[in-house]
Amino acid sequence: MKTFEYTITDALGIHARPAGLLAKEAKAFADTVITVAKGGNAVKASQLMKLMSLGVKQGDVVTVTADGANEDAAIAAMEAFFKANL
Amino acid sequence: MILMQGKGVSKGVVKGPLYFFRRQDTTVVKTTVNDQSAEQDRLQQAQDKAIAQLEALAERCREDAGDESAVLFETHAMFVEDEDFVECIQSTMEEENCNAEYAVQTAGEQFAAMFAAMDDAYMQARAADIRDVARRILNNLMGVVEGGIDSDEPVIVAADDLAPSETIQLDKSKILGFVTQGGSGNSHTAILARTMGIPAVCGLGDALKADYSGRLAYVDGETGSVVLEPDELTLATMREKYARQQEMNALYQTMKGQEDVTLDGKKVNVYCNIGSPEDVAAVLSNDGQGIGLFRSEFLYLAADDYPSEDTQFEAYKSVAAAMDGKRVIIRTLDIGADKQVAYFDMKKEENPALGVRAIRICLNRPEVFRAQLRALYRASAYGKIAIMFPMITSVWEVRECKRACQKVMAELEKEGIPFNKDTEIGVMIETPASVFVAEELAREVDFFSVGTNDLTQYTLACDRQANDLGKFFDPHHPAVLRALKMAADAAHKAGIWIGICGELGADVSMLPTFLAIGIDELSVSPSAVLPLRAAIRKSIAKTCTLEALEC
Repeated sequence: MKTFEYTITDALGIHARPAGLLAKEAKAFADTVITVAKGGNAVKASQLMKLMSLGVKQGDVVTVTADGANEDAAIAAMEAFFKANL
Repeated sequence: MILMQGKGVSKGVVKGPLYFFRRQDTTVVKTTVNDQSAEQDRLQQAQDKAIAQLEALAERCREDAGDESAVLFETHAMFVEDEDFVECIQSTMEEENCNAEYAVQTAGEQFAAMFAAMDDAYMQARAADIRDVARRILNNLMGVVEGGIDSDEPVIVAADDLAPSETIQLDKSKILGFVTQGGSGNSHTAILARTMGIPAVCGLGDALKADYSGRLAYVDGETGSVVLEPDELTLATMREKYARQQEMNALYQTMKGQEDVTLDGKKVNVYCNIGSPEDVAAVLSNDGQGIGLFRSEFLYLAADDYPSEDTQFEAYKSVAAAMDGKRVIIRTLDIGADKQVAYFDMKKEENPALGVRAIRICLNRPEVFRAQLRALYRASAYGKIAIMFPMITSVWEVRECKRACQKVMAELEKEGIPFNKDTEIGVMIETPASVFVAEELAREVDFFSVGTNDLTQYTLACDRQANDLGKFFDPHHPAVLRALKMAADAAHKAGIWIGICGELGADVSMLPTFLAIGIDELSVSPSAVLPLRAAIRKSIAKTCTLEALEC
């Protein structure tokens, strides 16, 4: 299992557009479970509506984990995605 | 060749594919479904269709508006496939053995509520996206199409007959013409067609079959014939007519900017009848000199509840402003009879044409009337608005209407809201009673406008909605024309003007009679303005006679 923490810088937080893109990105790693957690709540990155319902705002810290056959590539893709979009 | 013969109610020749209008029932009812695997397949198809629609929308957006708005539709597409959303729908169906519609609606509400409950205004607003997505899947499940027409190319709309509330939701840019089984020249489909300037044929009966859907049809709105697979002679005739129509239209264009005056100098105002603010474009493009009848019903028919004062104000203001100082006559609410609105909660009447309709509703429900009058007076500050009351039979009704106007003006004055205190007030002459007391009515108001459809209906005791009265429903009947003259004489005696806003006004064959009677204004469908202007400019008012009034 791989993990990293990230502090959101986007003014709107994880809003519809990046959540949609993130869910799409996560679905590409079919054999790996990617989760996003805020506080005690963790959801799969591919669960678009749940991901949005976390209500992640600017300044919040999220924990992203990848677990599965392709976790190295997945976590690298996630880190790159968060830095570029959030 | 298949020839169907009906009644031509809006002139013009056109060809195009037939499209059968389907009733748009969007109420979701829970039903028990035992074959869940077939139901799940239906759901899957509706979802697949939704995704395809959204991807097409995203594609079009990317070309027209750029990436940002395209992503919105892509996100909607992802909502459709969202694991939790889909699971919620499927488990509801399985657990409750219910139909997909009910499960989609329930899941949509549940997820929308989840977003609505979040403490972030942006996320709360996403509830609307979820509802939008659920609505799209529901529409696909129920075969409901936005804009009513499930076709990319323009079509000839076929139906049994269309109710006013149904024509309102149609995407007008996709309609080439109308053909209906029932209906008459006075039906709403016919009125809409004439406003749009497109051909319409009604009363085709059983000859118009649903399995003709999609087939290429040739429609002649003058002769009332609708033809599939025309033979060579028919095709040649249609083509020639189409060519002549194009030529005439080009000639009528030269009438733009010309004055509506006869050769001997009698001026007639040529105004337009409209049913919604979007019709103003047609008024301007046909050079109408004003609006002689703005039917305010559209605001009520298109809504699920009483339209607010502000909603009405915006609509009236937009028309008044667009007409830029030209007269805009707005008729107060004229529902009842053939135009029914559910939330008015009217009692069922044996004979609605003689029942509680139009001004009778307004006088019985002062709050509904007050909201409309306030909106009208507020809009009067933005253009030349005139207010017209329909279905008047008595002088006391007009006095009561005027008192309501005075009250509204006093309110606005007190609130410091601008309005025009000299806003003209007029009444419709459409009942025999109003003709008999026209002299007294004329002393109360600024103008008369004759609704010839209703005046014919009430004078001749002929239901205007009935299909089979045929020759008995005759707007040229001397009794109707004499009523017109009586009203005109009363108006002129009191020094006010009189117009005609019924369909008869566009009947060029009656123009000499109108000129002889001394009609001051004719309000017609926008598409009829230029042909009427051409006819007026060829006429000599002094030589017109009243012979049509003889029996």
